[in-house]
Amino acid sequence: MSRIDTTFGKLKQQQRKALIPFITAGDPSQQLTVPLMHGLVAAGADVLELGVPFSDPMADGPTIQRASERALRNGMSLRGVLGMVAEFRKQDATTPVVLMGYGNPIEAMGWEAFAQRCAEVGVDGVLTVDFPPEESHEAFEHLQRHNIAPIFLLAPTTNEARIEQVAKLARGYVYYVSLKGVTGAGNLDLSAIEQKLPLLRKHIKLPIGVGFGIRDAATARAVAKLCDGVVVGSRIVQEVEDSSEKNVVANVGKLVKELRQAIDQ
Amino acid sequence: MSYNYPDSSGHFEQFGGIYMAETLIPAVEELRQQYLRFRDDPEFKAEFAYELKHYVGRPSPIYHARRLSESLGGAQIYLKREDLNHTGAHKINNAIGQALLAKRMGKKRVIAETGAGMHGVATATVAARFGMECIVYMGAEDIQRQAPNVFRMKLLGATVVPVESGSKTLKDACNEAIRDWVTNVENTFYIFGTAAGPHPYPMMVRDFQCVIGNEAKVQMPEMIGRQPDVVIACVGGGSNAIGMFYPYIEEKGVQIIGVEAGGHGITSGKHAAPLTGNAKVGVLHGNKVYLMQDENGQIIETHSISAGLDYPGVGPEHCLLKDLGRAQYVAINDDEALNAFDSLCRFEGIIPALESSHALAHAIKIAPGMDKDKVLLVNLSGRGDKDMNTVARIKGITL
Repeated sequence: MSRIDTTFGKLKQQQRKALIPFITAGDPSQQLTVPLMHGLVAAGADVLELGVPFSDPMADGPTIQRASERALRNGMSLRGVLGMVAEFRKQDATTPVVLMGYGNPIEAMGWEAFAQRCAEVGVDGVLTVDFPPEESHEAFEHLQRHNIAPIFLLAPTTNEARIEQVAKLARGYVYYVSLKGVTGAGNLDLSAIEQKLPLLRKHIKLPIGVGFGIRDAATARAVAKLCDGVVVGSRIVQEVEDSSEKNVVANVGKLVKELRQAIDQ
Repeated sequence: MSYNYPDSSGHFEQFGGIYMAETLIPAVEELRQQYLRFRDDPEFKAEFAYELKHYVGRPSPIYHARRLSESLGGAQIYLKREDLNHTGAHKINNAIGQALLAKRMGKKRVIAETGAGMHGVATATVAARFGMECIVYMGAEDIQRQAPNVFRMKLLGATVVPVESGSKTLKDACNEAIRDWVTNVENTFYIFGTAAGPHPYPMMVRDFQCVIGNEAKVQMPEMIGRQPDVVIACVGGGSNAIGMFYPYIEEKGVQIIGVEAGGHGITSGKHAAPLTGNAKVGVLHGNKVYLMQDENGQIIETHSISAGLDYPGVGPEHCLLKDLGRAQYVAINDDEALNAFDSLCRFEGIIPALESSHALAHAIKIAPGMDKDKVLLVNLSGRGDKDMNTVARIKGITL
């Protein structure tokens, strides 16, 4: 059983919801990424989404764009991110790690080499924002061969036929984008999420995580009531940006603890 | 050869596709369905033809550049005068086609990216013409380079949004326009300016721009009794080029040459020539194409004197035509383009856009080595009024 399935299985038994924080690898520095990952777990994260920086992050708002730029300036690369996961796994063999980013760095490395390396270092899932199911055949084949879960996005604009299509391909969990917009936007509509979920549940038997636009404990708690996991990205990346390197692990830990408590209430 | 691309899923063999975030997939799918529904609709075709004739001023003439040709002592250079179109470039052909589609889809808000500003001006123009709200994203660096076009867009009622991220040029303007689209997908039509991006854009933009080549195929026999030996066009994303090339693909006797921006030279690395520079295949802005990138798959900054060619990718159909060997792709450096710009001004009294000057420069390069009865047809895709500041600065002149 995969780490993702085990984690969600355990949470279900405990009747708890997953907290899935996102950070960009290499931000604020390469040295701090692994300590931040351990800090997130210590503060109550269940699954880690590790952003692979890309020069042209089209689906991201300004906060994650800036994080990507900082990370690239710090020399972060896809191979470097994979090395960080290997480092993280030396001390944490159980927390699932999902790489999230855009397809081109993987295309440049080659899907087979990438998937193989993911398996070696202990990556559990891969979410490629700009590779919809239509263009994921090759990716899917290589990820499956190495038991890496392809994680797919669903959006408010996704129709039922596409939900069915994603249901067939997805492994691990499905990430529902809770608003029309880029990451970090502030116009979250809870009732719209609530209305969409029955249609998602009809076809998707995997856990459903919801993200985009979750900015504080109150929205995290409200969203957690509706789904199986809460993804928080820009708010955490903002905290990284606002913190000094000395305080960043502590500050991010404090924020994630608050989110954890809110979700568990 | 039976050439029939893209396939139903938007692929030109390995190139093209719909590499977009999930939120936009239904939007591109809706666009595909609506485009397929209207492209053969007699009423749509008639309205498009009417606008091209009465608003744009088509057909654009073909002009024999006699003095320039004589000065070179070889092949005859003919110019397809897209510079004479309303708004001064080929971009208006596509902007009108997409605006007519937007109107039928009930979208009242249009957005666009622009590099040199010609597509932005064309979009602002059709938005005014059809009464739509218009937002144009433009790199902050390009806003500097193309100030007259920024003012034109504002006069036409468009909002011009400076893009400060990344290299502050065309690719970053694309990123920002995509971010707008993902946020406002329900009421917004993205009038994409080049024959690239997610399916159906490469096909749709090509179809709208094919008026260039279709006219030329009628005009050349009228002028010289036959088709040209070579057709030449500049390639950034490649919309003017595919518009000229596509109708000639099955004309075996016609050689096809696309001219990329060589910047400071291919070996310098400072260029915008993914095809000539043998860039690797990659994915950006919704399609798989030859793409300028580093070994880690990060997109690298490009360089060209012309903002309209300053882009790291190229349309998927050009990638295919290169692989098939049906078109050849070459690069022209900044200084060669500037020399061609000067030559056309002095010999023919025509001020070309710096983009089009690249195509012209290649014709000037090969004409002397060819017989005098050979004919080169250059797509003069735009006029150079917008480039006055850039050219003056290079010549050390303050306007």
